[in-house]
Amino acid sequence: MLELQLLLLFMISAAIIAVEAKDMISSVIALGTVGIGLCLGFLLLKAPDLAITQLVAEILCLIILIRATLKQDLPLVRDGRWFFNTFSTLCFIVIFLIFVFLALKEISVFGNPEMKIAKEILTGSLDKTGATNFITSVILDFRAYDTLGEATILFAAVIGVAAVMRKIGRNKPRA
Amino acid sequence: MVDSNKKEEIGMSFMVKTVTRLTAVVILLFGIYIVLHGHISPGGGFAGGLIIALSFVQVMIAFGKDIALRKLSEAKAAVLESVGGLLFLTIAALGFLGGHFLINFFASKGRPFTLFSAGTIPFYNIAIAIKVAVGLFSIFIVLVILKRAKKEE
Repeated sequence: MLELQLLLLFMISAAIIAVEAKDMISSVIALGTVGIGLCLGFLLLKAPDLAITQLVAEILCLIILIRATLKQDLPLVRDGRWFFNTFSTLCFIVIFLIFVFLALKEISVFGNPEMKIAKEILTGSLDKTGATNFITSVILDFRAYDTLGEATILFAAVIGVAAVMRKIGRNKPRA
Repeated sequence: MVDSNKKEEIGMSFMVKTVTRLTAVVILLFGIYIVLHGHISPGGGFAGGLIIALSFVQVMIAFGKDIALRKLSEAKAAVLESVGGLLFLTIAALGFLGGHFLINFFASKGRPFTLFSAGTIPFYNIAIAIKVAVGLFSIFIVLVILKRAKKEE
């Protein structure tokens, strides 16, 4: 697990940079690298579904944060480096397509899903948990961490609604 | 007579109030049933908690804010919300008795298809139900109070 420790060190240093950086946009980019590092960590720990979710959420967060931090739109460079820009874009498109081709070849054939975990749960869940509702046994036993996170999200949602809607915050600016 | 008429004006019409009186308790009981049988039949803490919250919401819609808040006040709701979360965490931490965090630590899981089975899962369900029910109801309370505050301005 040396890679994971190196990745964690990288993420910690990026987080410190994100906190300490004077420039807003560089701290946002450092925050993005923390998220991408977390995504790679999920991949190393063999949780690809979480990695995909993390990647999507991270890109969305990055876009929103960049839009929020930028005061105005950056000027679009049209003249000068036209050849370099087009060439690098084409290069990235080709590299992306090669990786997509390799990744799509690895996916199992349509109609033959590798249901190893599901089969394990369907056969051994009753003996392991004693619950006859397998969905409950998944969300409260095998994947109880996720449920803890969901409960936390609900708590945060209630606090958020109360914070947005509270009377004091509404009345103060008018008084 | 005039006084009772004044009281009737709070909330919705007489018919809605009567139906609510008949059904609110049944809905609450159904929610509790869904929670307690979450490990045997479809349902569980989230669904049951939602139903329990909706029974309180129904009382609030039919009878107005004050009567519903007399059943479950904001302060009580805040306390219960925290109690639900802490109960979940406490059961999760009790898993250290059996090895690690969040483990189903009961030695005998009980007979399947009975109410007392599945180890810690019913307790998790109860904790989540308290949390979901009170959380959704407090969101509703907050929205109603904001509406009243806007009207008073």
